[in-house]
Amino acid sequence: MSHHLKEFPGVPLKDSDIQEGKVLTTRWEVKAEYAWDTGVALGEFFAGLKDGRILARQCDRCGRIVVPPRMFCEWCHRPNDRWVEVKDTGRVNTFSVSFVLWDASRVKVPSVPAVIEIDGCTPGVGFMHLLGNVGTTLEEILARVKIGMPVKAVWRPASERTGAITDIVHFVPREG
Amino acid sequence: MGYKNRVAVLGAGLTKFMRRAQETGKELCFEAARMALDSAGLELKDMEAVVMSTAPDAFDGVHMKGEYLADGAGGFRRPYMRSYVGGGSGVFSVIHGWYHVASGHFDTCLVVAEEKMSPCMPHPQAAFNAIYDQFTERPLGVNLLWIFALEMNRYMQVHKIPLETISLVSVKNKKNGLDHPCAQAGIPGEYTVKDIMDSEVLVWPVHRLMVSPVTDAAAAVVLVSERVAKRMTDKPVWVEGVGWHLDSSYWTNRDLYYPKYVEYAARMAYRMAVITDPRKEIHLAEVYDPFAYKELHHMEGLLLADKGEAPRLLEKGVTQRDGDLPVCPSGGLMGVGNPIAAAGLMKVAEVFWQLRGEAGARQVSRPVKRGLAQAWGDLMQVGTVVVLGV
Amino acid sequence: MGVTTKPNRLEKIRTWRGSVPVWHQYTLGLAGERFFRELKDRGRLMASRCPRCGAAYLLPKLYCPACFVACEEWVEIKPRGVVDTFTVLHEGLEEEELKEPVVVAFVTFPGVKGGLVHRLGEVGRDGPAVGMEVEMVLRPERRGGLDDILYFRPVGK
Repeated sequence: MSHHLKEFPGVPLKDSDIQEGKVLTTRWEVKAEYAWDTGVALGEFFAGLKDGRILARQCDRCGRIVVPPRMFCEWCHRPNDRWVEVKDTGRVNTFSVSFVLWDASRVKVPSVPAVIEIDGCTPGVGFMHLLGNVGTTLEEILARVKIGMPVKAVWRPASERTGAITDIVHFVPREG
Repeated sequence: MGYKNRVAVLGAGLTKFMRRAQETGKELCFEAARMALDSAGLELKDMEAVVMSTAPDAFDGVHMKGEYLADGAGGFRRPYMRSYVGGGSGVFSVIHGWYHVASGHFDTCLVVAEEKMSPCMPHPQAAFNAIYDQFTERPLGVNLLWIFALEMNRYMQVHKIPLETISLVSVKNKKNGLDHPCAQAGIPGEYTVKDIMDSEVLVWPVHRLMVSPVTDAAAAVVLVSERVAKRMTDKPVWVEGVGWHLDSSYWTNRDLYYPKYVEYAARMAYRMAVITDPRKEIHLAEVYDPFAYKELHHMEGLLLADKGEAPRLLEKGVTQRDGDLPVCPSGGLMGVGNPIAAAGLMKVAEVFWQLRGEAGARQVSRPVKRGLAQAWGDLMQVGTVVVLGV
Repeated sequence: MGVTTKPNRLEKIRTWRGSVPVWHQYTLGLAGERFFRELKDRGRLMASRCPRCGAAYLLPKLYCPACFVACEEWVEIKPRGVVDTFTVLHEGLEEEELKEPVVVAFVTFPGVKGGLVHRLGEVGRDGPAVGMEVEMVLRPERRGGLDDILYFRPVGK
């Protein structure tokens, strides 16, 4: 072990040390706002979602059909070739049950994030989305959701769509 | 292979792991670097180059953090460079330092890894949010835990691994961490499988005691060429193999049950170290364990267990400190803490101490001649591996 | 068809807005805590000193970057320095025009390595100058930060 560890024992602080002003702190609010261009592939993809369609890209060299779409095949490292409309159904590749929000705060009714393999794409290819109508407690959700389970997209009403991934409300179980 | 220099680790230093350190990042870097130099018997003036590893600037809240930390790391007025591959950074920092020396450009290189996550408010989680795709993923309300929970569930279901078995990783590593003088307060401890299973469900299947904590700390090692090593020590620890590999960021287009990128990184390191049977030739492994299941997942990627077999080795006690293949004898990220880049370098430092027989209460029972440290990072994407030997 | 293909409907390319909603709370560090405590509670400027080479640092450092050993000694610095260089700001952070130009200077202190970047005040008609002797003006209410110093002003004002 490091011979000189005892020279630098570290000064661990408790949250209360800061709240009670026992140590000085300084605060900085980053003012970083961004406007990202969706680019060609995702621009088309979102326009498709607004029309209630899921669009994938196909590469003629390897044959892969992929979502989220990109204008290049990362495997063949060449421009890929065409848009393919795939289905709005698929299978659950994996899922989880989230009681935690982005800022680490907690919720009582969990969300159910999942990777959905989209029908019509190359097997194993999909995107992340949420599952719905699968219960509101961990027990209910674990009883209803299985890996490999067939699901279908629930679309927002056409008038409410904005051309975003959230134009699909969630995926729900379907007979398969 | 055509390397100019064989490279040895000559010294290592590690600060206390803390949830919230009063020290600035620079001060943490200085403390770790100073300890590493002292343990190597060298001074900063002897260091011909310095490399630094530290994770996203958003944690410390300092833009161009590599440059900011340079003085604390001793990285000014000499060749200095920061490398960064997410969670894989700490182990990669040694690879980065290794090619500085192996290339023949330098005889000595100080490697420093730092993380100060506590300044990030309301929680470092909030910064992790920005690793996801801003168009197709962030609008769903993602947090960092999701991707781990999704991968863990996939891994469990493909191999039919019960949650109880995965909990055993937490039990083992949190117990091992009790012997680590740098362990973060409240992180190591004596736990039962039931304690782990009963802890709060964060994002199922991830429970609170299956996740490593947020930590402030720094670590450092001194790398030297064979010429210098032979002058300075009778116990050189050689860098025998290094490997790194990155997979696609389209993580929803891959099967997460197996970390292929870790396998390729390991194969690269084994080839260099002339290891043909890693299960026999690797005597201990500091496998990356930011989440309990990750240790098992990575053991398989490292070819230390067949696919789906790592849980059996764990259950049989093979990976305990007195087992045939001790894994995370330090206590790992689950038992010591997880200052991202510094955690990876802590693993390399642990292998160094174990191979020199200086790990004190953590020293593994079996004699060890060769050990491995591994880290992982990015969107289930990068594997970094270092093999050390004596 | 390829990456360079123009989209057939330009309106399909849209802009997605977002932010990284974090803020930061920094501790001042071991050396910083000592420095800013002294400034806040006693209105004093302190420098840390290297026990090996004797160099004194302001802002103080926990370690001597040259000798790479811990700076365990502290010395009080007379709050009177010299303008090493200065600049005059006419615009704020958001490129807004300032009502009054702000003079920002790098102030060094005899016998001390480093110095302070701070505002100059009461510079008078002749304006700021390199080499000008300046003294520290403290705020009466201090909270432990660089802003506890109101500005530096020419000596003799």
